Amino acid sequence: MSNETDKIEYESFFDHKGKYKGILSWIMATDHKRIGLLYMYSIVTFFFVGAILGLLMRMELIAPGQTVMNAQTYNGIFTVHGIIMIFMVVIPGLSAIFGNFFLPIMIGAKDVAFPKLNRFSWWIFITGSIMAVASQFLKDGPPDTGWTFYAPYSTTTATNVIMATSAAFVLGFSSILTGLNFIVTIHQMRAPGMKFFNMPLFPWSLYATAWIQLLATPIIGITLMMLIAERLFGIGFFDPALGGDPLLYQHLFWIYSHPAVYVMVLPAMGAITEIIPTFCQRQIYGYKAIAISSLAIALVGFLVWGHHMYTSGMSEQARWFFSLLTFIVAVPSAIKVFNWISTMYKGSIDVKPPFLYALSFIFLFIIGGTTGLLLGSVATNVQVHDTSFVVAHFHYIIFGGMGFAFFAAIHYWLPKMYGRMYNLKRAYIAWGIVFVGFNLLYFPQFIIGIQGMPRRYFDYLPQFHVGQVFSTVGGFILFVGLVLMVYNLVMGVRKGEKAPANPWHGTTLEWTIPSPPPVENFDEAPEIMKNPYDYK
Amino acid sequence: MSEKIAHIEEHRDDEASKFGMWLFIFTELLLFGGLFLVYSIFRAQYPVSFHEGSLELSVTIGAINTVVLLFSSMTVAMALTAMQKNNQKLAMILIGITLFCAAVFMFNKYIEWGAKFHHGLYPGSELMHLLDRGHHLYFSLYFFMTGLHALHIIIGMTLLFVCLFKVKNASINNKDYVLLENGALYWHLVDLIWIFLFPLMYLIT
Amino acid sequence: MANNTTHTIEYTTLAKILLVLLFMTFLTIGITSYHLGSLTVTVALLIAGFKAFMVLTNFMHLKYESVLLRILVALVFVLFAVIVIITFIDYAFR
Repeated sequence: MSNETDKIEYESFFDHKGKYKGILSWIMATDHKRIGLLYMYSIVTFFFVGAILGLLMRMELIAPGQTVMNAQTYNGIFTVHGIIMIFMVVIPGLSAIFGNFFLPIMIGAKDVAFPKLNRFSWWIFITGSIMAVASQFLKDGPPDTGWTFYAPYSTTTATNVIMATSAAFVLGFSSILTGLNFIVTIHQMRAPGMKFFNMPLFPWSLYATAWIQLLATPIIGITLMMLIAERLFGIGFFDPALGGDPLLYQHLFWIYSHPAVYVMVLPAMGAITEIIPTFCQRQIYGYKAIAISSLAIALVGFLVWGHHMYTSGMSEQARWFFSLLTFIVAVPSAIKVFNWISTMYKGSIDVKPPFLYALSFIFLFIIGGTTGLLLGSVATNVQVHDTSFVVAHFHYIIFGGMGFAFFAAIHYWLPKMYGRMYNLKRAYIAWGIVFVGFNLLYFPQFIIGIQGMPRRYFDYLPQFHVGQVFSTVGGFILFVGLVLMVYNLVMGVRKGEKAPANPWHGTTLEWTIPSPPPVENFDEAPEIMKNPYDYK
Repeated sequence: MSEKIAHIEEHRDDEASKFGMWLFIFTELLLFGGLFLVYSIFRAQYPVSFHEGSLELSVTIGAINTVVLLFSSMTVAMALTAMQKNNQKLAMILIGITLFCAAVFMFNKYIEWGAKFHHGLYPGSELMHLLDRGHHLYFSLYFFMTGLHALHIIIGMTLLFVCLFKVKNASINNKDYVLLENGALYWHLVDLIWIFLFPLMYLIT
Repeated sequence: MANNTTHTIEYTTLAKILLVLLFMTFLTIGITSYHLGSLTVTVALLIAGFKAFMVLTNFMHLKYESVLLRILVALVFVLFAVIVIITFIDYAFR
């Protein structure tokens, strides 16, 4: 099947001439593939800006006392690092990039349900991003509240909080509309013969994610509005002097922001679930369990938000409740890990770069996940709350987890998107540097965190110095690895060998069409298999 | 199966369009939900103050607004029926009545808020900040919730105006009326929110 | 592609629904003028809930829509209720 499509003369979506020319043909594009790439270029750019901000923090933390910046600047830097990474990189993340590019193809559709709305989503994403950048440079100076904008500091600090929270609001809208689009697409546009349980698991993960985006994001929307109203009018919801409660802000904030982490990780898990069967040439173990576990994570993920607030002053009963639910929500994730590993058993394993990143994902996600249990348990949480331990935990999950899944996905799907292959040897070398750098950067932070190193502090006691040095060195090594990785991929796109339609021998629908895909994806109605992972 | 799939531009899926509007309605429900959550917490903490605050509101105007909005919900639903029965003129009249009702609602809101402003009671005013805690929260919630609701009335009116023009030029017709359905759904949402807002703001004992 | 298969509701039916809604409104106003303590809120919310149910099922055509959509609408309200209840686990016991 794959060799036939290699030789057909066709017009790829890159070459297609629509109403607009040049750069306008991209900015005005309604083709889901172009929109996916637009998201990719923007998000990768924002990621590197955020990464450089991270490096600046590491430079400050390489020694106690003031090193390269003062405390106020440091506060501004970790705030904007968080805002960029959370709202402009990992939340849109794999959904906006690979979801946009591949969801319609994987379900046998020509595009998403609402292509013009899709384009609007990207425009709003850019608008919100510009607003976030603006918050750094306007009159009152960059916000210094952390990306979490906790009241009462966020309602009183004389910095550009209103612009930054407005930016987050606008970015939230983009997320909501993407979620809406994907839900309708999956319900209405599956090819004839593809029932829900014939869909591959990446679309399943996008489906669960889309529901979270749709239902959780409005809560942060209204919360940010309340914050802005507090700054402008003193409405008092979060101000004890006026009858309010700062904890109420935290509840509202985390009611969104906890489900948001599942928005980050579910599509990542979905991509991994595509990659592993391909490189083991074996059916995924427990298809239904993985599909249902995605929905379970989405649902239970709405009920655990208080585990960010154990030390805030919540009632004892609340602490019990949230801790119990937090342990429950770990179960569906564990099911997925078990199923991924079981898929590999007796598989015909080929450790190409996508698979290597997928393996790293599993390893790093397990570390992040198990340290999450330490945080989810109230008694131990008291020791590590607001320390570097938390910072290490969420970086292992988001960066080690979602980030590495992103790297796996781009190495997996790049040949399909651009019709070109990258240099495998350089990919392995880049992986090695990234993997070593990542662990050197974050693992010491577990240790000094347990020992008492607070987070968001630009200065620290001498006993943490050694750990901080290792961490900073790791950060720079990681950055070098990332640059090499991107360089390799870009070189592959520009000068790499032409890639066939199915270089990895996958079975899902994207591998049945040419690389790069034609504008309308399928020239003929695709043949739908009952089992999307039918390896013979 | 090797039929050519219809070209993208000809794709029309009314079911998808309506489903999309329902999903958007879900987001609006949760948006207001956040405010109802705040309301429920503070009312539980300051029951007496909330009652006293509600005495400052006119139940009469609130009731009129409730009746007006319920009535307008009926008229926009009737407009859809009219469109389905290919009665363009009746559909336009009914949408017009709906818009008129919306205007009446906004006028009443203007009267209510105007009265408060006249007495120095508005978000950020000195008088507001002199109120004791429960009362202050009540009025902050009052302005925020009715204000956000009024904004949605305006959005709904805009959507219905667009529908009115499209019915007039027959781009909405008895074979293609999903836009009117969606506009009506949004209007019903605005009504739904008020159904809860009215007793919670005006009828606190 | 499903196009325009929405059920048509008769004018008289819609008018009858309005009458029920208006009656419920005046009932609410009447009931809340009595001091039933904390029961008043419950009753007012129950009546409002019933009015909302009428608007959803009739004016918004949910009665004639797919089972899927009806379940989704219900789930959204349930989700909201659950979030409120969980938040109260904190506030009620502080």
